Amino acid sequence: MPLDANTPDLRTEFKSVGTRPNRPDGVDKVTGRARFGADFSAPGQLVGLVLRSPHAHARIKSIDTSAAEALPGVKAVITYKDIPEQEGCDKDVLVNIMARGTALYDGHAVAAVAATDAAVARKALKLIKVDYKVLKHVTDVDEAMKPSAPVLHPGRFEPVDYNSLETASHVSGKQETKTKTREGSNIAGRYVFGHGDVDKGFKQADIIVEHEFKTEATHQGYIEPHACVASVSSDGMAELWVCTQGPFMVRDVCASLLGMDVSRLRVTPSEIGGGFGGKTTVFIEPVALALSRKAGKPVKVVMSRSEVFRCTGPTSSASMWVKIGAKKDGTFVAADAVLKYQGGAFPGSPVEMGAMCAFACYDLRNVRIVGYDVVTNRPKQAAYRAPGAPMSAFAVEGVIGEIADKLGIDAIDIRLKNAAKEGTVSSYGPTFGPVGLVETLEAAKAHKNYKVKLGKNQGRGVASGFWFNFAGNTCVSINLNVDGTLALALGTVDIGGSRASMCLMAAEELGIAYDDVRAIIADTSSLGYNDISEGSRVTFSSGLATIKAVRDLKKRMCGRAAKIWGIPEDAVKWENGAAHPAGANAGGFDPLSIKEIAAQASATGGPLAGHYEINAEGAGPSFATHVCDVEVDPETGAMKVLRYLVVQDAGKAIHPSYVEGQYQGGAVQGIGWVLNEEYFYGKDGTLQNAGFLDYRIPVCSDVPMIDTVIVEVPNPGHPYGVRGVGETSIVPPLACVANAVSSAIGVRARTLPMSPPKVLAAIEGVAASKA
Amino acid sequence: MSAVHVSTKINGDDVEFVCRPDESLLDVLRDRLGMTGSKEGCGTGDCGSCSVTLDGRLVCSCLVMGAEVGGHEIGTIEGMAQGDKLHPLQQKFLEGAALQCGICTPGFLIAARALLERNMDPTETEVRYWLAGNLCRCTGYDKIVRAVMDTAKDMRKAAAKSSAKKPAAKKSPAKKTAKKGARHAA
Repeated sequence: MPLDANTPDLRTEFKSVGTRPNRPDGVDKVTGRARFGADFSAPGQLVGLVLRSPHAHARIKSIDTSAAEALPGVKAVITYKDIPEQEGCDKDVLVNIMARGTALYDGHAVAAVAATDAAVARKALKLIKVDYKVLKHVTDVDEAMKPSAPVLHPGRFEPVDYNSLETASHVSGKQETKTKTREGSNIAGRYVFGHGDVDKGFKQADIIVEHEFKTEATHQGYIEPHACVASVSSDGMAELWVCTQGPFMVRDVCASLLGMDVSRLRVTPSEIGGGFGGKTTVFIEPVALALSRKAGKPVKVVMSRSEVFRCTGPTSSASMWVKIGAKKDGTFVAADAVLKYQGGAFPGSPVEMGAMCAFACYDLRNVRIVGYDVVTNRPKQAAYRAPGAPMSAFAVEGVIGEIADKLGIDAIDIRLKNAAKEGTVSSYGPTFGPVGLVETLEAAKAHKNYKVKLGKNQGRGVASGFWFNFAGNTCVSINLNVDGTLALALGTVDIGGSRASMCLMAAEELGIAYDDVRAIIADTSSLGYNDISEGSRVTFSSGLATIKAVRDLKKRMCGRAAKIWGIPEDAVKWENGAAHPAGANAGGFDPLSIKEIAAQASATGGPLAGHYEINAEGAGPSFATHVCDVEVDPETGAMKVLRYLVVQDAGKAIHPSYVEGQYQGGAVQGIGWVLNEEYFYGKDGTLQNAGFLDYRIPVCSDVPMIDTVIVEVPNPGHPYGVRGVGETSIVPPLACVANAVSSAIGVRARTLPMSPPKVLAAIEGVAASKA
Repeated sequence: MSAVHVSTKINGDDVEFVCRPDESLLDVLRDRLGMTGSKEGCGTGDCGSCSVTLDGRLVCSCLVMGAEVGGHEIGTIEGMAQGDKLHPLQQKFLEGAALQCGICTPGFLIAARALLERNMDPTETEVRYWLAGNLCRCTGYDKIVRAVMDTAKDMRKAAAKSSAKKPAAKKSPAKKTAKKGARHAA
């Protein structure tokens, strides 16, 4: 066994990996002992609250904080003036955490207070006088692209000739008389992917289907609102306890925004009550630090649910056009798409990734995707599980469903015919290595759900999906304790059971019991930099680093055994939790167990530890195929999901229960997106449904059991074959449910959400056209 | 606003506290008594993360005023395990991976216990509708529903076993357990 090789040796036989032990943080979480963001307190802490703009777009003429400052119990009031711009900081993040001159969306932070208790802080917020000049606003992506739209950032983005945009000719078809404005535009970026000759390809087609699609913005909907406690001392030393997916990111961004040395700020991540991408940036953290710096006391800031909806990241809303041509046998000959995503008030919508994912499931000779990143008067979008991919998959898989129907080809067969496989040149560039889309399609076709006979008003939908999976900067330490047990320090926040997976991999690699390893999430001063827990990267990257750190430790332990036995180090091998002589020539020594080596560590050279750091590569893409059965009530348009199947490639499932959990959770978030969830803006550009009553995420009685099949096509980039699994599961559901509805009632839904009134109108529309 | 003095019982223990009239029971539990197991996900009674029992009734503690719980009996997640022995629901949630991030878990456990105290043999539909006031964004509810159904099954088995041992018992085991409360039924 190579102890440290850059090319991982792929292990296929496992003892610990693939079992389902209880998670190490489990008892704390079922007894209420686990400490989440809002559960931290610091001695003498103040309560911090943020004043937010009630307008979608307004110039801030003046802010008068004097009355608030004079209120007894108020210890600090801050505005943008208290967070002066630092050289090299991210200006968009700076402006987003506290408006500078212009409020760009309903909920944009304008000022903040710290007071002795919440009642005083609330009163102080009311005493802050802000003089606004309300400006014209725009929240719709198509409207925001037009020359007539108010420009959010005058002078920042190049003026564009509207009539020359792909979007104008393909989608709206309308020519605008005014094509440019002097102030520039709201188009922050344009991305193009593809290969081949699309126009030539369409000429070979026997059938061409093209449509426009729209999806509304949805929120990640984590149940834990953002929360943190900041403590800045007069010497500039600072502590921050926070719920985040990326404590190192929080540290570096906050230090940069506030002009601090990174070493001065120590960030300790709490348990995190859900993130789904929404906790990959900062909102209240730098504000809490600035308040604490000014007040000279610790400050706790906890968002309300309404604040979470109004000013933290939903994902983009999207407006899309997709065209696919196919031969009679179902072979796709060309595919073309224009995607327009608004990312809120700042550039950075995930349209680039949406464009890359749109056709990634298929082997296409001729393909083109154009994506536009557009700014509007909405909160700055944040990553949401496979950012950008669910929307483009909704459009593409919807068109494929229609082609299959028109050609009379089975929905899985048409996907099998065109599926990307090893060697396929993807629509976004790279050539795929071993990937498991075909395996997911075959497993879906063989599943019992696919054979269930459907009744009246019932329909079945199929959709596939793709996500890249990320790797990135990762750093892990493992320390051998005196009794032979181990402490594993990780820098990637555990969002859904990853500590259990890391302990399984460490136990597997060492040949010891799962319970002998304890994993913790380290603070930012205890471990090297780790990228955010995002991009389905944790089990892959921290798992890879854990395995390599354990190999480093094993090498050191073999060295100690060699010393004890008086033989060369390379004459010792590690097996089943103990050092053994490597062969007959090495000598006839009894094995030294990990416990024995630990007990003698002090006498043989001191503490034993393993370490590994890497900017990892080799993440393996994960494909999925979903099958869904729905029943539509023709009287009301209400819809019930009867059965739902997720088949996805995990590469290797380390802890299968938590892999299934990712599949099930992603599917239900997707079901919410297609059925209920939407950001609803009033005419004045303010959010009308900033609460869980009106923004309705799926509840227990909305969904059936979510059936899962774990396909395992090993990723050669990981020693155990792991692929990330967290995100792909939300990619297919939008189209899967829409295709099922189409099969039930003969209406193709191309605008989300498919709420009962919309479905009913569609049913009545079909009935009217038949009459 | 002057503070109110309140005497109550939490998880069987006598507790006294003072609070402002505008503080919710959840505020009192978390900020005055340091019992942070009950979570605030919305503050408007929509998410169920703050679920507690008030005289055995399932309530959202964010919708109950702290000042009105005097003389009542409150049950929170902190009182669910007996010493180091987890409640069967807690054990099943753990074994069945019925939690991912865990923020909604205390609320689900309190709500599920309240269900099993009333009905030890719920159908899947009954479980789903009973738990419809508790939001979970991670699991898709599948493993939560399974954990509750599995616990109910185990509790029925245990009740049948104990009734077989005590043939003299007049009441049916299901009713007896339901009356006493699932908290003590393991």
